[in-house]
Amino acid sequence: MKIMIRLLIACLAMAAGTVFAADPLVITRGTDRAIPIAVVPFGLSGAASLPEDPARIIGNDLHNSGFFNPLAREHMISMPARPDEIIYRDWRAVGAQYLLIGEMASQADGRVQIRYHLLNVTSEQQVHAGTVTGTVQQLRDLAHHIADQAHEKITGIKGAFSTRLLFVTASGPVSDRRYTLYRADYDGARAVTLLQSREPILSPTYAPDGQRIAYVSFEQKRPRIYVQQVETGQREQVTNFEGLNGAPAWSPDSSKLAFVLSKDGNPEIYVMEMASRQVRRVTNHMAIDTEPFWGKDGHTLYFTSDRSGRPQIYRASINGGEAQRVTFSGNYNANPKLSADEKTLVMIHRQDGYKVFKVAAQDLQRGTLRILSDTSLDESPTVAPNGSMVIYATRQQGKGVLMLTSLNGRVRTVLPGIEGEIREPSWSPFLN
Amino acid sequence: MVTMKYGKLTALSLALLFAVGCTSKGGDTAGNETLDPNAGMTAGQGSSYGSEFDSSSEAALRAIKTFYFEFDSSDLKQDAMRALDVHARDLQGSGKRVVLEGHTDERGTREYNMALGERRAKAVQRYLVLQGVSPAQLELVSYGEERPVAGGHTEFDWAQNRRVELRD
Repeated sequence: MKIMIRLLIACLAMAAGTVFAADPLVITRGTDRAIPIAVVPFGLSGAASLPEDPARIIGNDLHNSGFFNPLAREHMISMPARPDEIIYRDWRAVGAQYLLIGEMASQADGRVQIRYHLLNVTSEQQVHAGTVTGTVQQLRDLAHHIADQAHEKITGIKGAFSTRLLFVTASGPVSDRRYTLYRADYDGARAVTLLQSREPILSPTYAPDGQRIAYVSFEQKRPRIYVQQVETGQREQVTNFEGLNGAPAWSPDSSKLAFVLSKDGNPEIYVMEMASRQVRRVTNHMAIDTEPFWGKDGHTLYFTSDRSGRPQIYRASINGGEAQRVTFSGNYNANPKLSADEKTLVMIHRQDGYKVFKVAAQDLQRGTLRILSDTSLDESPTVAPNGSMVIYATRQQGKGVLMLTSLNGRVRTVLPGIEGEIREPSWSPFLN
Repeated sequence: MVTMKYGKLTALSLALLFAVGCTSKGGDTAGNETLDPNAGMTAGQGSSYGSEFDSSSEAALRAIKTFYFEFDSSDLKQDAMRALDVHARDLQGSGKRVVLEGHTDERGTREYNMALGERRAKAVQRYLVLQGVSPAQLELVSYGEERPVAGGHTEFDWAQNRRVELRD
């Protein structure tokens, strides 16, 4: 799939060199005004209609990042599809700073070509343009690709809209549950079943190579860790220890898997070399140590431990040495996830004196903590590979849902529903 | 021996066993009240078991196979210990193997809860071993928050879900 897209997408740099000379506006995190952009419905020739609306998908993507404020369609005065149809005055009037237009052409072989242009309304100059081609089934891929391009050209940060999301659903009454592991687009669309079971499935996680996933399955009535090839479905059991086998986490080079075993008496973190299957112990404490997450250096593990009496986040090297405590605010901090730049620690947090569990982000340099969610039973935060968005599981109107929030906190949106209780979201790495 | 001694209570004990069996295996979805093996208890209070279980009734204690915990705690409650004393004697006599299944409520993170469920099962195991049961008779498995008995999201549901089940 990935290779096909790569082959099909031929980006043509149509802009003149002078246009590219203009520096793109670079937004650093913490800047608080969303960029107004108009994503105009794309023109269409050669077909009566298409099953997807790429401009809508692109607008949603840009909105989800928290950096953009897409203009509502009813406020658009004109609907240009080509640069020569643009009247800049129309866009200045509605406050748009950027304009994204496109034209779709249905080809003789049934594929669709989209030619798109990104323009700066103030300077009236083209920022970027490209042409992408794909099948009707790939329209969402084409749209996410264009959104990635716009995101990167305007903010300087690589877009993460062509990524995937793993999640688990539980359906049926509590006495007769069915569990399903899915892979979908990052926004929950086009979900594909990877595994079904009558026993719990949890902690799915993508390897950084994008080819494999690891997860915990109770299919043998005991928790065991499995590794599965995403494309072929081929799977193998990689742990079979007495007690807990849980919380798998891939090292940045995908060569190692950290996980939790309680075979030596209580939950400790271990690391397996995937090539040799050799396992060595990392933590050694009578408290619960769990939920490892790798730092980019390939030897630091962040993890949850209640060695202080309550769950808090610690970090330790797999090569030995004392664990250092990282979180001090609140009486419950668990399930640590780092942003790609390792400046922000995202976790599940409970404030002193409160009963609710919320997604929070801690600035690791300043130590400051921000609450990202407005819900109260949050779990399983997962950070987009570009660090701009967080998806987590929570409850809304009595149902388990996935919530997407931008790391700057501006956007909170429920991912469109799939039947059943949805939980355990896990973001893929960049796949292109 | 024990059963004969308390023969008078067999009917009650059978009835209770039946009730407990139904709650753990039944496909009930409608009535939450039937899911609670200790209906009438006050959620979150130290005394988990209703007054219909006379403290002197060993058979009644034998019927108790689910032991409840406070939030983020693996401390055994007094009444759980009394029931476990009976199970400990039975297990020593029979030499049977049982599974101790640890569970948590839905709050907090799933993998931490997996560890907490195990800690609860271990607390029961430790107590039974102290009473003389062989560790080889006790298998532990934690389901964390993955297998609630009460599907709701109130303090009352959570109190029912924080438990260890002794399963034959």
